[in-house]
Amino acid sequence: MADKEQSMAWYTFKKGITTENPTYVQALGMCPTLAVTTAAINGLGMGLAVVVVLSLSNLMVSLIRKSVPKDIRIPIFIVVIATFVTMIDLLMHAYTYDLWKTLGIFIPLIVVNCIILGRAEAFASKNPPHYAFLDGLGMGTGFTLSLFLLGSVREIAGNGSWLGIHLWNFKMFMFILPPGAFITLGLLAAFFNYIKIKRAEAEKKRQQELKKQQAQAQKA
Amino acid sequence: MKLVLIVISAMFVNNFVFSRFLGICPYLGVSKKIDSAVGMGLAVIFVMTVSAAIAWFLDQILISLGLGFLRTIVFILVIAAFVQFIELFIKKNNPSLYDSLGIYLPLITTNCAILGLVLLNSMLKLGFLAAVFNALGASSGFAMALVIFAAIREKLELYDIPKPFQDLSIALITAGLLSMAFLGFQGIVK
Repeated sequence: MADKEQSMAWYTFKKGITTENPTYVQALGMCPTLAVTTAAINGLGMGLAVVVVLSLSNLMVSLIRKSVPKDIRIPIFIVVIATFVTMIDLLMHAYTYDLWKTLGIFIPLIVVNCIILGRAEAFASKNPPHYAFLDGLGMGTGFTLSLFLLGSVREIAGNGSWLGIHLWNFKMFMFILPPGAFITLGLLAAFFNYIKIKRAEAEKKRQQELKKQQAQAQKA
Repeated sequence: MKLVLIVISAMFVNNFVFSRFLGICPYLGVSKKIDSAVGMGLAVIFVMTVSAAIAWFLDQILISLGLGFLRTIVFILVIAAFVQFIELFIKKNNPSLYDSLGIYLPLITTNCAILGLVLLNSMLKLGFLAAVFNALGASSGFAMALVIFAAIREKLELYDIPKPFQDLSIALITAGLLSMAFLGFQGIVK
């Protein structure tokens, strides 16, 4: 019983990173993904801010889920989210001023990030608090990793450095500019799609072979 | 003259989709057909311009009360309430308009372009007219980008695209090329 619960919890956490990755699979929260990933560290900072807001708002929404009237749930969720976002905004202003300045308007815009309202509506309002919290943590981590990956590719290709460490002098400036964001994300999405397609094909082949073997065994 | 410059700058030079990355979700989501792109574009122009005007007054009140940090919460609530109100109003008074615009209205609440513009206006401390014209320019730019993109995507449906690149990937790469074209406007307005 305890094992089952543990694997369930692990699954709730893991699916946000892999099979339901918000960026590459669900294509949610695209605006900050494209805007702040000019460097790996910015992507990481933005991602962590989203992790905090997402897991806390998921927890809160799940705690109040039974007393929220169905018709006005969306405005209530938005107020919950906006409160946490304001808190993060003020905290980042106080303790990580440089990052706060680079991310700029995209910190308050976490409020309208579709991942957060989407998870509140689709998961947190229907599940108990500890799962909702784990779901937020998983989705947020998946989002952070996506942003970190995109930011790393853009920084290495466009600036010849990674996490601010100088690598080489070869720079393709286009990757830092807006078109670079769209194109890099497009190529990454194609890459993950390719892996998914290959995996599905391999799975299909394996099942066909299994069927063949079973048929042969029956004949014999 | 200054107002014209604001409109042009918000529409082309700092186009919301291509250089500021605001409103990407509806940009990718509602751009499969030209009709729906036009509907969404018109709805955004209307909501954004009026929200900018309302938010400007609210911002003055908040600043005078020393409650500037409540901006995000107040703005998003006002936008949500306003969108809901228009939806009810149009539904009652002009059902045919509701049929063409109605489904896009709820989507606008979570369109970060609207909240983004309102926050930008307040951050830049624009005057009332400047704020409204900035909204007009930005939303027209968004609508234009959406319609251009939808036209391209309708054509894309006809081509044989490699499987991994279908849907999201090709849409993003197309947007990247469009954004490169829009880089050409950089430097027109200082």
